[in-house]
Amino acid sequence: MKFVLHSVAALVVAVCAGSAIAQKGETVKMVRIDALTGLLGPTGINQQKTYQFLADKFSGAGNPAGVKFEMSFIDNKLSPTESLTALKASIDGGVRYIIQGNGSSVALALSDAVTKHNERNPGKEVIYLNDSAVDPDLTNSKCSYWHFRFDADTSMKMEAMSSFMAEQKDIKKVYILGQNYSHGVQVARYTKETLARRRPDIQIVGEDLHPLAQVRDFAPYIAKIKASGADTLVTGNWSSDLSLLVKAANEGGYTGKIFTYYTAATGTPTALGTNGAGRVFQIAGGHYNMGGQMEKWMKEFKAKYNDDLISVQFAHLFTTVGAAMAKAKSTDPVKVAAALSGIDVKSFNGEIQMRKSDHQLQQPLYMTVWQKADAKFPYSPENTGMTLALVKEYPNYVSSTPTSCQMKRP
Amino acid sequence: MEFFIISTLNGLSYGLLLFMLSSGLTLIFSMMGVLNFAHASFYMLGAYVGYTVSQVVGFWPALLIAPLVVGAMGAAFERVCLRKVHKFGHVPELLVTFGLSYVIFELVQLVWGRLAVQFQPPDALRGPAFTLINHSVSGLNLLWGAAPVELCSSADAAVRVVCSPFPATRGFMMLVALVMLMSVWLLLTRTRIGLVIQAALTHPEMVEALGHNVPRVFMLVFGAGTALAGLAGVIGGSTFLTEPSMAATLGSIIFVVVVVGGMGSLSGAFLASLLIGLIQTFAIAFDVSLGSLATQLGLTLGAAAAGNTLFKMTLSQVAPILPYLFLVLILIFRPRGLLGKREG
Repeated sequence: MKFVLHSVAALVVAVCAGSAIAQKGETVKMVRIDALTGLLGPTGINQQKTYQFLADKFSGAGNPAGVKFEMSFIDNKLSPTESLTALKASIDGGVRYIIQGNGSSVALALSDAVTKHNERNPGKEVIYLNDSAVDPDLTNSKCSYWHFRFDADTSMKMEAMSSFMAEQKDIKKVYILGQNYSHGVQVARYTKETLARRRPDIQIVGEDLHPLAQVRDFAPYIAKIKASGADTLVTGNWSSDLSLLVKAANEGGYTGKIFTYYTAATGTPTALGTNGAGRVFQIAGGHYNMGGQMEKWMKEFKAKYNDDLISVQFAHLFTTVGAAMAKAKSTDPVKVAAALSGIDVKSFNGEIQMRKSDHQLQQPLYMTVWQKADAKFPYSPENTGMTLALVKEYPNYVSSTPTSCQMKRP
Repeated sequence: MEFFIISTLNGLSYGLLLFMLSSGLTLIFSMMGVLNFAHASFYMLGAYVGYTVSQVVGFWPALLIAPLVVGAMGAAFERVCLRKVHKFGHVPELLVTFGLSYVIFELVQLVWGRLAVQFQPPDALRGPAFTLINHSVSGLNLLWGAAPVELCSSADAAVRVVCSPFPATRGFMMLVALVMLMSVWLLLTRTRIGLVIQAALTHPEMVEALGHNVPRVFMLVFGAGTALAGLAGVIGGSTFLTEPSMAATLGSIIFVVVVVGGMGSLSGAFLASLLIGLIQTFAIAFDVSLGSLATQLGLTLGAAAAGNTLFKMTLSQVAPILPYLFLVLILIFRPRGLLGKREG
């Protein structure tokens, strides 16, 4: 009798435990659809390594749900059309978690396609995890319940950047240069809007858009910027569009400040070299010398790939998704999406929240400046001997911006 | 003023790079009647071969070796492939070079990968060739090499000093293009082989009857044309960027150059390259749009028209498509090109 009682109790415990961790040991297949070739390919390749590295770290015991993250990658050549084909192929292959980041043009197409797919195929829902596309429209006028953004959008970054620029009294004339698509247009718009609010005395002396990933020679643009008399350049450019721009700026003798989003992106540190010390700034959700777990990972990543772990927001992605799966006790996208919406978690740099109203991750932002690596900021990207040193940290409430999203919830 | 000078030099150096490419193309076309679609691919090959060779023996030997290698490849292609299809007429010739451009594109990606390679100019060419110093009091000065920092800044806030360095790579690019133009012109007009080439173009049977090997002359011309593209590749690749799409981006522009200049005209190609280089550079400098033009003419635009994307688009934004617009206009109003001769 005693034996029976014991075994029943053991069975009950086992069943309870089993139901609590029903998803444990499951494999979550994720596909990242992004550019791995072409002019903007280096960024995609670096991020591919970052995903492989972090998926490994966060799998199993690395996340509260105990699931295994399995990453695969499809090259979209930065084309929305190819991305939609890749999305279809991924869904047919049984993938329920789609990741994309580079190119808001692609992001808008994917978000729309995922929303439509989910409406038409109940039971086969897909979640779109956006790790880098920062067009504010994605969480405002074009927001979707199935889209979750992990990087800070342009409105948030400009909020932080402009409050930093407002304190810099030597900034008087600003030039805005961007890539001619949704992202570049939004950066220009929010730069003007936030600066007009914080420093109405700053003059916008010029504004230009150039074709995305087409320009090899930025010398004419630099000549124009110099002729405009600008002391500060604001740009949302990324990958080769930024590295070639700073290369031309160095060669063309531009000596003003440069405010960027993506100085850390592959290739740009090399192009900057020791030039630009003290006058190239970056606003981002992370930086090279964060301390704690992230610093250890960066060192390990460098040793493993001889490359730099830049896209730290990918860690937010795994942290948040892992927590949501534990909360939902499932890997079913419908349940996970419900759990993900509004979730609060502790990530490597403090509390972050996936805001319920628009699915924009609320996170701290960091203003950093390009300078010589020293004892305080030792990490040097691409063996340049330089680093991005922290000058100001913006907690969640500063960078948070209101949303106009009218989300349709299932 | 220094803006105008630097922009002119930027435009000229870009134009001269275009000329280095289009000279080979137009040479092949005028000599053999073959429109070589793979010409920009040979330019890309030049950049990649130059990159690999410079890893081993340094940049300067690579500047010599890479064009020779690319020229040999071009000559071999002519010998084993183009010559075979020559007798079927122009369309098969066109198609075979078209196919070759795809083959080269894929081969380059297989051998060197899909990403840009780090092809750096040599130390001697890094840094500025000269610096223009515009001092608001003492005026415009030219200084060879880099200007010291104290010359570019002033203690007095009322005095404005602007230093505009001009990169040595671009100066070198201009120099090579001019030397090339001179030597090609001298070769064609002042040497015996040049005379044979010119004669073989118009009277191949007569030249053959005089004991010259006309197919070999064609092979040499094709090899020389692709070698020029290879030379442009080494210089262009190290100055700008060496990556697999470099052929596609320049390929379309050089066709604009040869059509605008006049098919087969070397001097036309020279003129057209400079024109297109300058147009593209200076277009970026102007923020004129249809809307602002109308306002200046005294027209008042309604709210709808002022907000119209077409009216708001500035010249600097449309700069990349201007060469193609130019091409269309030339084809409409002067189909034989700027310096081309009407085909008889």
